[in-house]
Amino acid sequence: MVNVRDLPERELLYGHKACPGCAAGTVARLILKVTGERTFLAYPASCLSTVTSIYPQMAFAVPSFTAPFAATGAVLSGMAAAVKAKKMQDVTVLGIAGDGGTADIGLQAVSGAVERGDRILYVCYDNEAYMNTGIQRSSLTPYGAATTTSPAGKAGGAIGEKKFKKNLFEIMVAHRIPYCATASVANIADLLGKVAKAKDTDGPSFLHIHAPCPTGWGFAAERTMEIARLAVESGLWFLAEYQDGRVTLNYRPKEFIPVREYLKTQKRFRHLGPAEWNVIEEQRDREWAVISGRWEPAGREKA
Amino acid sequence: MTTLSKDLAASRQFISANDAVSYGVRLCRPEVIAAYPITPQTTVVEKLSEFVANQEMDCQYVNVESEHSAMAACLGAALMGCRTFTASSSQGLLYMCEMLHYVSGSRLPIVMMNANRTVAAPWNIYGDHRDSIAMRDAGWLQLYVESAQEALDTVIQAYKVAENHQVMTPVMVCLDGFVLTHTYEVVKVPSQAEVDRFLPPYAPTENRLDLAAPKSCCISVSPEWQTEYRYKQHAAMQAAKKIIGDVDAAFGAQFGRRYGGLLEEYRCEDAEYVLLMMGTIAGTARLVVDKLREGGVKAGLVKIRSFRPFPREEIVRLAQGVKGIGIVDRDISFGYEGALGTEVKGAVQGAAPAINFIAGLSGRDVTKDNIEAMYRKVIDLARGQAEEEIQFVGLRWEQW
Amino acid sequence: MQKPSINHSFQYPGSIGEMPSGPCADAGVLVEANAGWRVFRPVLDAAKCVKCLKCWLICPDGAIDRSGKDYAIDYAFCKGCGICAYECPTKSIRMEKEGDDVE
Repeated sequence: MVNVRDLPERELLYGHKACPGCAAGTVARLILKVTGERTFLAYPASCLSTVTSIYPQMAFAVPSFTAPFAATGAVLSGMAAAVKAKKMQDVTVLGIAGDGGTADIGLQAVSGAVERGDRILYVCYDNEAYMNTGIQRSSLTPYGAATTTSPAGKAGGAIGEKKFKKNLFEIMVAHRIPYCATASVANIADLLGKVAKAKDTDGPSFLHIHAPCPTGWGFAAERTMEIARLAVESGLWFLAEYQDGRVTLNYRPKEFIPVREYLKTQKRFRHLGPAEWNVIEEQRDREWAVISGRWEPAGREKA
Repeated sequence: MTTLSKDLAASRQFISANDAVSYGVRLCRPEVIAAYPITPQTTVVEKLSEFVANQEMDCQYVNVESEHSAMAACLGAALMGCRTFTASSSQGLLYMCEMLHYVSGSRLPIVMMNANRTVAAPWNIYGDHRDSIAMRDAGWLQLYVESAQEALDTVIQAYKVAENHQVMTPVMVCLDGFVLTHTYEVVKVPSQAEVDRFLPPYAPTENRLDLAAPKSCCISVSPEWQTEYRYKQHAAMQAAKKIIGDVDAAFGAQFGRRYGGLLEEYRCEDAEYVLLMMGTIAGTARLVVDKLREGGVKAGLVKIRSFRPFPREEIVRLAQGVKGIGIVDRDISFGYEGALGTEVKGAVQGAAPAINFIAGLSGRDVTKDNIEAMYRKVIDLARGQAEEEIQFVGLRWEQW
Repeated sequence: MQKPSINHSFQYPGSIGEMPSGPCADAGVLVEANAGWRVFRPVLDAAKCVKCLKCWLICPDGAIDRSGKDYAIDYAFCKGCGICAYECPTKSIRMEKEGDDVE
């Protein structure tokens, strides 16, 4: 657990050019508050690079660099090797990448990096599409979402994204790494605690953080946190962590709110109707059936 | 600097050129090696892994999952202030392409070895220069070597050149696949103490990740600044021309072996007919030059070591008084000519008539007879006989 | 206020020689504000604020300052997204339309 009152005053990400209400901004600055000044940061070509490091306005205060799009995991491996070579103590090698940079073009490199067992902390902030290039679909774009490359089409045409969101968390769990978790800006205490655990993990750790994007999803900037909460409460995002060889579900809503209450808040889902809401709800229930069978709810100790 | 119990003493060893590269790398004390195997580079990374496993090298060896990641890991480590090494070949080098540009633009003095191998399709694992030539504009210095000894010595020189603060540009040491990489010869391996004296530990510039002086690296710059960074890269390459020569001379003074810096001339003093080439073909061509000289033909050859930076001034000077030039390319830019041919002809600007020979593609043997025929064709051209400007050497069904 | 501020003495290199050896720059250097992005500005009522830290935590820009007696907002870098006002449990922050005097 992290006592938020103990978090440092100093902002290690400041003056960035992200859109108003950008959850990735919140995610990145809070992570740095936990990992602290002794952090070496790499981030790939992404929203984060575009809004933080265009000369001469440098928004990150820690040593950092822009990595090639596909290479975040691999540059972290090189940095971790350097930490060992230079015999540095008490430092964090941190990567922050988006959903495309992690689950699509960067998947091979992140898989390699965590498989090698390097002491790195890899964070995927998931805004569910390639936002920096203008909202194109990624493998983490959810079913039904209209993006510029999965458009909704004219009436009776396409429904937007045709595939369900890939389960990146389970892919990373399959690597049997020491620590892996999902989080959301909807639950800051949970998120901060997971960052702290990941930071202290002696080996690779991975965080997948749901990060709503007002621009790409189509909602008012002030509602970022609310949208994130609705995703969790409707069961379309889950909070879980994997450590000591088992997955724990950190939060299970007593009763899911109807998915339409989440979907109707965003322009990207505006074209959907009851038929698609049903498809999404059925998929959600299937996923949760799997989750409930395989993962343990919070607070229940293994017999 | 850690002294390992197994620090090398000077020795003479019968080893392959790939092993010679590995010994050269070991002597340079890289702190991080990241590599992915590919024929015919594999024995280099196997040997280096063995050195590390035996604690004969104090080095972090990172087994990456691709060539792209190999160079990316080197990038991360180099930004942290480490001396780094990787090696690749052919498809692997092409897969690394994005990273090659990234590293040179980031001005990191990474040294890599490339086992020159052709590029699919059709698949073929044997040597030509099409892989590294395809990376011509990646912003790396490219040094082509002829022997195992030169390979070992050039690796050491490469770090010295790359890490010079006027250069701060990565270097690719290129060895012809199989013909050189897998050929055994007696190699003088210098002692660790001697190499330490020649090559001090890597001293990075401010362009790195440092907790004491935090920088944002590999940043984005607008069109208002990009040209200046490109100009600096070009200026560094130009500066490297002199530094490659200086380092080779200093190496020669200390170790008793030197290779001519940017290029090596063989019997060019009064030469009338000169062939220019890169890599192992030069070894065969020397024999042909000697034979032609015995027969009264004023033949000479130029082995170009440094393709980038390109030794334009030296070639212009050499072309003075020459009656005919042949340029041997182990590559072809389809629809035009060989890459070396373009560069040499552009430099000499018609000062002498020239033929561009496309030879040794995908491991095709280039024989003494082939080379002698090239000289004969250059002589014929100089005497006014019509010759095709671009000729595929030893093409099946044609008389050579 | 304990927030990074604009470095008014920042100077661009005056020659090739003054440029860094690679494409890098000093970290954490700010040369311009983001205030001009704002259409609405958050205004904090210190009397109603219970200093629960929520706005300080969730602000994407880190523009809430908690170092003084009362919470304050760094208007140089607040973009006016309104998350702080929307989420404030005691409704201590209201969004007011910016005048024409915003830089």
